Amino acid sequence: MQVINGISYGLLLFIITCGLSLIFGIMGVLNLAHGSLYMVAAYLVFSITHSLTASFWLAVLVAPVIVALISTLLELALLRPTYHLGHLSQVLLTLGVAYVFHDLATWLWGTNVLSITVPPLLQGSVEILGQSFPVYRLAIILFGLIMALILWLLLDKTRWGAIIRAGLSDQEMITGLGINIKLVFTVIFFIGALMAGLGGVIAAPVLGIYPGMDFEILILALVVLVIGGLGSISGSLLAGLMVGVVETLGKVFFPQLAMFTIFVLMALILVFRPQGLLGKKVH
Amino acid sequence: MQTYVKTALTVVIIALLAIFPFISSNFALTLLTEILIFSIFALSLNILVGYTGLVSLGHAAFFGLGAYTVGIVAKNISPNLFVTLLLALVISFLFAIIIGYICTRVSGFYFLMITLAFSQMIYAIVHQWFDLTGGTNGLSGIPKPSLFGDVALQSSTSIYYLIVLIFLLVYFGLKPFVRSPFGQTLIGIKENEARMQAAGYNTYLYKTLSFIIAGTLGGLAGCLYTYFNGFVSPGDVYWTMSAQGLIMVLIGGAGTLIGPVLGAAFIVILETVVSSYTKLWMMFIGIIFIIFVIFIPQGIAGLRSKRA
Repeated sequence: MQVINGISYGLLLFIITCGLSLIFGIMGVLNLAHGSLYMVAAYLVFSITHSLTASFWLAVLVAPVIVALISTLLELALLRPTYHLGHLSQVLLTLGVAYVFHDLATWLWGTNVLSITVPPLLQGSVEILGQSFPVYRLAIILFGLIMALILWLLLDKTRWGAIIRAGLSDQEMITGLGINIKLVFTVIFFIGALMAGLGGVIAAPVLGIYPGMDFEILILALVVLVIGGLGSISGSLLAGLMVGVVETLGKVFFPQLAMFTIFVLMALILVFRPQGLLGKKVH
Repeated sequence: MQTYVKTALTVVIIALLAIFPFISSNFALTLLTEILIFSIFALSLNILVGYTGLVSLGHAAFFGLGAYTVGIVAKNISPNLFVTLLLALVISFLFAIIIGYICTRVSGFYFLMITLAFSQMIYAIVHQWFDLTGGTNGLSGIPKPSLFGDVALQSSTSIYYLIVLIFLLVYFGLKPFVRSPFGQTLIGIKENEARMQAAGYNTYLYKTLSFIIAGTLGGLAGCLYTYFNGFVSPGDVYWTMSAQGLIMVLIGGAGTLIGPVLGAAFIVILETVVSSYTKLWMMFIGIIFIIFVIFIPQGIAGLRSKRA
């Protein structure tokens, strides 16, 4: 039971971190506003299900897209004109953006903890081998695995994936091959934000919606990113599952040490295997 | 001529700091005390960010260590100023040795991440060790520092003078430090580490020492914050505190001495002014920070020297 919770949490972390990882791996920008996008998506789901149409499914589809569009605007307006400043300045820019979103959410939605209910189809629990499992958690696992598969197909089997992977290893070379790297960046930023948005939508019914959720998830996503390897999707999957299971089981069996253990693991990885468990070296 | 002006200005500022409690309201005194504490915090972070070129996102660890050490010692052992101050410095110093030894092995983004990891470890300990730290509630009712016997620094004016004294010691101590061969070596590492290594410097040792000095002074700032507040909360160790320090350094001007002080003053005043109108002060700081990063990357201090 707890293992299932851990795995579903892990896949949720995987989905969120993937977006962060893609953006960092290809653009070299560590997007500290990633958690904010996740939060905004969760709040949007709340607004959509409570005011306009009350359809959860519509919210699931629309919220991540809105978030991705907002973030594309940010990329065009804020990051694209500042590539000459260097990666570190851009990280600081995203920190500023995270601050703005943090207060914007409080302003628009207040400070109360909000919750949303899932449609009947995903409610309740099913019995498998004499154990009962909540349907929603299983749905998250299924969805996470599908996302992993899609990403893998996209990156490994399509022309776009090839361009992205080429961008990871040598930017100048692919610019030389006549590929519009700026367009690639914008598309990557869109996809990355879409992943953060999806994460927010999926997490909203289980984890609740509250101010501060942006910074909380950002830290965990950074941990997963580091453990899995900067810019590595399969690494993020492995690390996401690890962190998800350790966090969930830790909260039950050794609450004093769960958080601590994860950060110790993160520091150890950074010292002894900075490329992460499955990553390649990125400079 | 210019040195005369500078000396005169310094004397005037010190004199103003000395008579400030007599000419100001209580509110302004509290504000100035807070500015001075965060100036020390930003100055300490600036040793890493501005002089050694190591951008840390975990400096709150030391602020928190200093703050909690004072809180715990004052409540359980003795509120004596010298005991709490010394222990806060020793604890931050020891942690800075261990954390610095490990963190300076990596650089760039990895350094940012590993300092974050360590500060979150400290945060996790503070958050979970309820008996010692009060968990999410923090520690309140911390007795004011005492001098000898029953004489305690009860009034906010006496705390202010203590903090002014320590601030001046730190500021004027850092001045020769930056100009010393040691400080110049750190700047060399920031500019071009490979060249410094080729010149025969053990850059790893220098970076660790820089981290230790920064960490210990960060702990000092946290310690003063507890004297001032009589209260510690886990928010003081959270990564947003590290981010706030970083914002102060960068808005003020990294790699200058006056910069972090200006940055701290700017942020503390802005926070006070904005939060009296609206709760959305983080948004204001975020927007101003973005403007600074894009248009004024040298910070407030850089603006002034450009004009001169």
